[in-house]
Amino acid sequence: MTQPGSSAENAAARAASGNVLLDVRNVAKNFGPREVLNHVSLEITSGEFLTLLGESGSGKTTLLRLIAGFEQPSSGEIWMSGQRLDTLPPYKRRVNTVFQNYALFPHLTVQENVGYGLQVSGVAKPEIPGRVNEALQMVKMREFAAARPAKLSGGQQQRVALARALVNRPNLLLLDEPLSALDANLRKQMQGELKSLQRELGITFLFVTHDQDEAMALSDRIALLKDGGLEQVASPREIYAHPATSYAAEFIGQTNLLRANVKNSVVECGSLQWPATRPAGPALFSLRPESIHLSPDGSVPADAIRFRAVVRQQIFSGSSEHLELDLSGQPLRARIPARGPLAGEQEFWFSPADAVAVRQ
Amino acid sequence: MYSRAYKWIVSAPPLLWVAIFLLLPYALMFVHSFWLVRDGMIAHEWNLQNYAKLFQNPVYLEVLFRTMRIAVGVTLLSLLLGYPLAYYMSFHAGVRKDLLYQLVIVPLWVSYLVRGYAWKTILGSEGVLNGFLQYIHVTNEPVGFFLYSPFAVVLMLTHIYTPFVFLPLYASLEHIPRNLVEASQDLGAGSRATFLRVILPLSLPGLLAGATFAFVLTLGDFLAPLLVGGPSSIMIANIVQSLFGTAYDWPLGAAISVCILLLTISLLFLTERLEKRWSFR
Repeated sequence: MTQPGSSAENAAARAASGNVLLDVRNVAKNFGPREVLNHVSLEITSGEFLTLLGESGSGKTTLLRLIAGFEQPSSGEIWMSGQRLDTLPPYKRRVNTVFQNYALFPHLTVQENVGYGLQVSGVAKPEIPGRVNEALQMVKMREFAAARPAKLSGGQQQRVALARALVNRPNLLLLDEPLSALDANLRKQMQGELKSLQRELGITFLFVTHDQDEAMALSDRIALLKDGGLEQVASPREIYAHPATSYAAEFIGQTNLLRANVKNSVVECGSLQWPATRPAGPALFSLRPESIHLSPDGSVPADAIRFRAVVRQQIFSGSSEHLELDLSGQPLRARIPARGPLAGEQEFWFSPADAVAVRQ
Repeated sequence: MYSRAYKWIVSAPPLLWVAIFLLLPYALMFVHSFWLVRDGMIAHEWNLQNYAKLFQNPVYLEVLFRTMRIAVGVTLLSLLLGYPLAYYMSFHAGVRKDLLYQLVIVPLWVSYLVRGYAWKTILGSEGVLNGFLQYIHVTNEPVGFFLYSPFAVVLMLTHIYTPFVFLPLYASLEHIPRNLVEASQDLGAGSRATFLRVILPLSLPGLLAGATFAFVLTLGDFLAPLLVGGPSSIMIANIVQSLFGTAYDWPLGAAISVCILLLTISLLFLTERLEKRWSFR
């Protein structure tokens, strides 16, 4: 459950940017007794870059394979542009996939690999070389047209796989951890190229990854999966600023999870107290490290919650300092602008608006 | 590193084995093919008569061509039976895979002779097949041509060599990464196109290895014609056998053997080249 204001904002943003391309309706998937996807519903807007983010075993690849057609949902439906998708065989879906290990055909050359989809779908012969060339040009692989995949490096194979999937002009491109086999530098570079390619072509991308930084860098929206269920679907900024659950708060970025009790619209967490309009009872709050500020001269904004805490550890990282604080037994992480060594008890503050209530 | 002496000790037995039981017999066969038989004795006089005879007497070439026709027939039939089986087992058998695999392998444990006699029992005029055909009134009297015909030889050898074709085929199909099949479907290819464009080309090395097995093994077979073939389906190995046996013309037998050996070696050479060209990993 996202905050009421933000989900309305999301809906508005989606309505503005286009219509729903893919509609996953209440889809579940079991492998024998094991439940891999637990009634997932998800709408993907035309032209967006949506990332399925989750740890291994979260069901993200299974959801991708259901959309591609390699698996059948145990229950639920998948629709694409008003057409039922999950009853079609994979070769009749206007969806193409970039596979994790590229899955290039070893017996075909680069241009034959890229032309494969055009040939089997009966595109007029004279049209094929031009479109293959165009696709190879797009991923800067034209000079390798006659090479066999075995002769290419991982990054080059990656590009060919991308060209092969895009040459069919799919409505939706599925990418299954396409960058996970590349080294860090190449990865960064390919991320940039993927993003600009997606903008240029306007094709909807559904990207699967377990890497939260990659998800943050690339996505218009992130769908966070945990144990086969959706934790939260929102833009990277939204998910960071307003995580719906403690899992979302901890998986995306660092946070302090504060166990608190609400009484008469006042949150009580150890020695801390701040006002919040919430129903009474136990509650969990996420407070990002950078939301905790140092107050060297004791001056703080009007509504700030101030507290004194002991600095247990200080790690300098160039532009900022990472602090491990001890607030009468409660450990807290803070990140403040770099400012020389600190010791002993110091005065800190945070704004009540930055303490976001999250579900367990 | 290993010492020189150790290397010698380890490699001597296999080298000796190869020298005594392979190279020496081949050398003997090779020199015999240039000798001749005079007054029932092998005379050590160098000549090319044996090779000349092979090409002058049409019987030898005729039998050689028949042998090759039978070998081609066995190869094609074994592929026709073995490929669908291997394909089904590799892609669609699921949990039954292991059981089916054992069922294919088990006949290999049964003696060649037993399987030969089994076919005799099935195809003979008092045999199972004739009995059945008469029982269901398709025929009124035993059909003679089932047994003692090239047909029976092809049938029996196909039965015996299909597992040999199946095994390398199955291995090569199992080695095809399944995501290639998914990629093909993903790009818009149905089952037929996926088979013809991805699976078949990638299984060619296995197909070639299997076909080579069936062809080469049939080429050297002499028991099937003896058991179920009859005079009309004498094969080249039967001639070699009789030349070395009752006919006592070792030089001529050796000359034929040398020719078959050369044929087989060039075939193996060719298929190895092709297999290399068709394998991509």
